[in-house]
Amino acid sequence: MLIKRPDDIKSSEITDERLYYDRRKFILAATGVGALAAVGASVSWLRATGEGVDPVGLSTPFAEDEEDVLTSYESITGYNNFYEFGTDKLDPSKHAHTLKPRPWTVAVEGEVNKPQLFDIDDIIKSFPSEERVYRLRCVEAWSMVIPWLGFPLKDLLDRVEPTSRAKFVEFTTLYDPEQMRGQKRAILPWPYVEGLRMDEAMHPLTLLSVGLYGKMLPNQNGAPIRLVVPWKYGFKSIKSIVRIRLVREEPAATWNVVAPGEYGFYANVNPNVDHPRWSQKRERRIGEFRKRPTLAFNGYGDEVAHLYEGMDLTKLY
Amino acid sequence: MTQVQFIRRVLKPAVFIIALIPAALLVRDFFQGDLGANPIEEITHRTGTWALTFLMITLSVTPMRRLLGIGALVHLRRMLGLFAFFYVSLHFLTYIVLDQFFELPAIVEDIAKRPYITVGFASFLTLIPLALTSTNRMVKRLGGRRWQRLHRLIYVAAAGGVLHFLWQVKVEEPRPIIYGLILVVLLGYRIREQRLQARKARRAPRRAAPAPVGSS
Ligand code: HEM
Repeated sequence: MLIKRPDDIKSSEITDERLYYDRRKFILAATGVGALAAVGASVSWLRATGEGVDPVGLSTPFAEDEEDVLTSYESITGYNNFYEFGTDKLDPSKHAHTLKPRPWTVAVEGEVNKPQLFDIDDIIKSFPSEERVYRLRCVEAWSMVIPWLGFPLKDLLDRVEPTSRAKFVEFTTLYDPEQMRGQKRAILPWPYVEGLRMDEAMHPLTLLSVGLYGKMLPNQNGAPIRLVVPWKYGFKSIKSIVRIRLVREEPAATWNVVAPGEYGFYANVNPNVDHPRWSQKRERRIGEFRKRPTLAFNGYGDEVAHLYEGMDLTKLY
Repeated sequence: MTQVQFIRRVLKPAVFIIALIPAALLVRDFFQGDLGANPIEEITHRTGTWALTFLMITLSVTPMRRLLGIGALVHLRRMLGLFAFFYVSLHFLTYIVLDQFFELPAIVEDIAKRPYITVGFASFLTLIPLALTSTNRMVKRLGGRRWQRLHRLIYVAAAGGVLHFLWQVKVEEPRPIIYGLILVVLLGYRIREQRLQARKARRAPRRAAPAPVGSS
């Protein structure tokens, strides 16, 4: 590893991280992060499994295979793309403290039988979290391995009963320049919007995350609730969600609108389709020196490739 | 001490030390692990930024001489230009060694297919003959006029550097635009100067050819 950790670093994060490895089982209770622990978020021990598939699709740090090692908490929370707080990777960790993740509501509406305005604490209570270790591949050709806490988006959608007219799901981030200083400049058309096709949204790998490393989601990672779609480039995994709307037409996803030639609606990780300005064949895993090959669908092809049968993914990138 | 002596014996060594500070900080932060989660990207960005900054500083020497009336500042110019070349070289080596780890096919593909890399690479190549002909001996061998004409290529390299920066940002960003504006001002100044000189030369025909613009 190239990154040498200074000996004098006393950051509590690192202690916590070690604690996390040593006593993973107790971490939720031990860190006392309230809500999550109180509602008994169920941490599945080695792998999160659901619906007969292996949603993790990778070995954990506890397995023999050291291919995918958890990225450090420090890197996951210190190196972020979250333009609502600035365009530099360090901006979110510096400026996201102004975000107020409570009180917070998420409106789930549109083509549903039971539209509902959820309070974030009710969401955390009614949808028990489990741990999912996923690779995250940024469109900028770097990647991480992150232990998320969350629950399948499907569980929430089932609760509001989508109608048969619902073909896509549209997600919207909070718009409040007072809390999100980056929104004072119109570098992107705010608020940030993302979308999934209905089958993608209902897929068991698709997660709504409320925490990572056994703790509440830090602001810079999209508190209090964010999407995680591990087979797509990171920008699809929209943060700090306030609205989820089921719709008939393909939503106008922010990056897709801003630069359709560079960022497609689907944005599936695909080593064979380059970004016009850089190659997507390889990626740098944060914490590693040499680049590693990028896997189709970020390595989750067995679980998701069938969703795209018959589609030309070089055109619908 | 005369002004020239001051510049050569005091200012020049001082500027030399100052110009090394960014490199020293880079080395320090590298060994202390202070380059963040993605150290290779950080090194690329810092060396690129300093390369472009030193190109701009080098280009501002001549206007500064005129504006401040201190012709002897020309004694700093070669050194500043070589520092620009030093940081560009570090930047290029970072890309070849750390970022790509000598993967030649990937490098060739990048240079051929990514316009921002193509332009950056062309700018780097442009600077090589300038660095090679920066010695007094080469100035003499080429002759002041030809040497000067060759060294105007630094404007091409700087413009390429700005374009390289402009083409890689994902959203509108002030930094490449600021460098671009600085370059436009510097270039505008030189063009205006040349026009004035040409007019003077026309008014007073057949007197001596205009004095070469400060070869050091
Ligand atoms: C005169 C020559 C050059 C100048 C002035 C220059 C300048 C710069 C600047 C200012 C940046 C942006 C720094 C930042 O974002 O803070 C940059 C980034 C970069 N440069 Fe250069 N550069 C030059 C040549 C090259 C060459 C020859 C290569 C490789 C063949 C190269 C590869 C890169 C890369 C890979 C980046 C990072 C892009 C990214 O982060 O997306 N540059 N350069």
